[in-house]
Amino acid sequence: MSNQAPTRDDSWASILPDLPYWKIGLSIVITFFFAFFIAPIWTGFVTSFKTSGAVTATTPFVPPGADGFTLEKWGRAIDHLSTGFVNSLIMTFPSTILTVFLGSTAAYGLTLVDWGKRAQFAVLILFLVGIFIPYQAVLVPLSDFWINIFPLAEILSPVWELSFMEYDHARLLSLTITHVVYGIPLCMLLFRGYYLTLSDDLVEAAKLDGASITRIYQRIILPLSKPMIGVVFIYQFTAIWNEFLFSLTLIGSSSSPAATVTLVLSGLGTDLSGIDFGLRMAGALFAALPTLIIYALFAEQFAKGLAADN
Amino acid sequence: MSNPQDTVTGSQTGRGTDAEVDWRVRLRKFSKSDFVRSFPYWFVPFSIMGLGVYGGIGYNTLISLTDYEGFNQGPDFTNLDFDMYVQAMNDPWVWTTGKNTFVLLIVFTTVTMLLGLFLAIMLDRGIRFREKIQTIYLLPMALSFVVTAQFWLWMYNVNNGLVNTIFGVFNLGPFNWIGNPELVLGAVIFALIWQFSGYAMVVFLAGLQSISDDQFEAAQVDGASVLKTYWRVIIPQLKSSSVSAAVVLMIFALKAFTFLFSMFGQYRVPKGTDILATLMVREAFKLQNWAYAAAIATILLVMALAVIAPYLHYQHRQGSL
Repeated sequence: MSNQAPTRDDSWASILPDLPYWKIGLSIVITFFFAFFIAPIWTGFVTSFKTSGAVTATTPFVPPGADGFTLEKWGRAIDHLSTGFVNSLIMTFPSTILTVFLGSTAAYGLTLVDWGKRAQFAVLILFLVGIFIPYQAVLVPLSDFWINIFPLAEILSPVWELSFMEYDHARLLSLTITHVVYGIPLCMLLFRGYYLTLSDDLVEAAKLDGASITRIYQRIILPLSKPMIGVVFIYQFTAIWNEFLFSLTLIGSSSSPAATVTLVLSGLGTDLSGIDFGLRMAGALFAALPTLIIYALFAEQFAKGLAADN
Repeated sequence: MSNPQDTVTGSQTGRGTDAEVDWRVRLRKFSKSDFVRSFPYWFVPFSIMGLGVYGGIGYNTLISLTDYEGFNQGPDFTNLDFDMYVQAMNDPWVWTTGKNTFVLLIVFTTVTMLLGLFLAIMLDRGIRFREKIQTIYLLPMALSFVVTAQFWLWMYNVNNGLVNTIFGVFNLGPFNWIGNPELVLGAVIFALIWQFSGYAMVVFLAGLQSISDDQFEAAQVDGASVLKTYWRVIIPQLKSSSVSAAVVLMIFALKAFTFLFSMFGQYRVPKGTDILATLMVREAFKLQNWAYAAAIATILLVMALAVIAPYLHYQHRQGSL
């Protein structure tokens, strides 16, 4: 290549597409980035199956040999994280479903119904700002709200008489509600983008037939929303499952019976002798399991949600 | 004065005065209008969100004017002043974290965007297994920061981490990526670039796919090279994608807390990588300086609005809102 390449870059670039090494170069770069993106995850994966001795003795990304292999770390990680895992599931499903539903109705009321363009635009802007604000700006009020103004644990005190519910679970409920509140704007935006692509004729025709706003939503818009509901659900489920800041500030301690899986993971496997990396890696992968499964099944919808949120 | 609606309202209202009839008709029309009928659809989510976001911001601002600190007694609103903001401006730690925030914001956003653009152009060149490759590149975005922080903590481990193993091949290191205050911010930024460049790539890919192949071919026919075609014809059309991606990345950089907390496992992160977002959460939830934390949060909010407001204005002007 070097003896052929003239110094002016447009002349060598113009002949490049015809030559196979352009493709070879592209393949090398793509493989390099493949390794770059997968390396930390792969390294964590193999490390989670290594004995503590093998973790320090072997190269990080090489799978363990027969004598260095163990499932003990996974067992311990699952032991530690299972309560948090269940808590996360209990929290994530209802909050995701509610957020998706409210996001869809909000987008419907703002796009497919016309009740004053200027007012609708103002409401839209308020929603959009809600997507972008740093949550730090509401953390102090939020914790004050759930502790002093609306102490859910005391309001629901009769419930804690039940044997399987504990006082701390009120915090899980607070967290679920909090996720709904702050998830609505983004879900609204995702649905709005989709509803804008729907043809106006459909709604207009239904209106001429005398269908009410509610009927149009139930009979036309909701069935048409199915693909978008999938996208938003996957996006929102991943976001809420992965979330940490609200868990930390509303639940507080990773030893709480209401702690979510991300909260428990953040302190896993640390003691005076340092970090047990095998255990940490097993825990990290276990905590990521639901999102990994969803991602493996619906990567395309996930990418769609990401690309559409701007 | 005749009332054209008389026939609609029927005979019962016919006995009333014209004004009364008019009022009733209007009320009835109003109750059937699209505004009222669509009201529950948008107003319920809007009020829930509004209470959380704008109620929260308002209350936060109010708290920042008090001297609220300590456990469980609630703020005292009798004496409002700007003491906390004065204290923040005189706090050298606020300036240190502010500087770190700024470095993180600029370096992280720039490099992630460039890498994302590069990856998007590469994948747009009609390569095989595109979908699968895209899935792998985007995989880090599906993981929680708590999870990726654990992976990178292990990657950066001074004795056994993969990063030092790779540097060792070239007879460099080992470096203490996490422990060395000079290196830690760079290490964190690198890990965040790893996590986010797939996102930037997807946004740019969506932009690239909306540009028709004809333009590319036309430029090629005119004798422009591949690089020149991208530089002169394609990339200028990605302006809208770039702005969107940049805003999302900058806002993320401002509020990045989870990754730092999880990596170091505590509220106090090394000075070299302490940013306003971590300072705020630490002041509030570790030290119970609620009012001071609220003031720092307001500073962060103003910084975020300085990014969001021009963005929304730009989007509005483009007609894409």
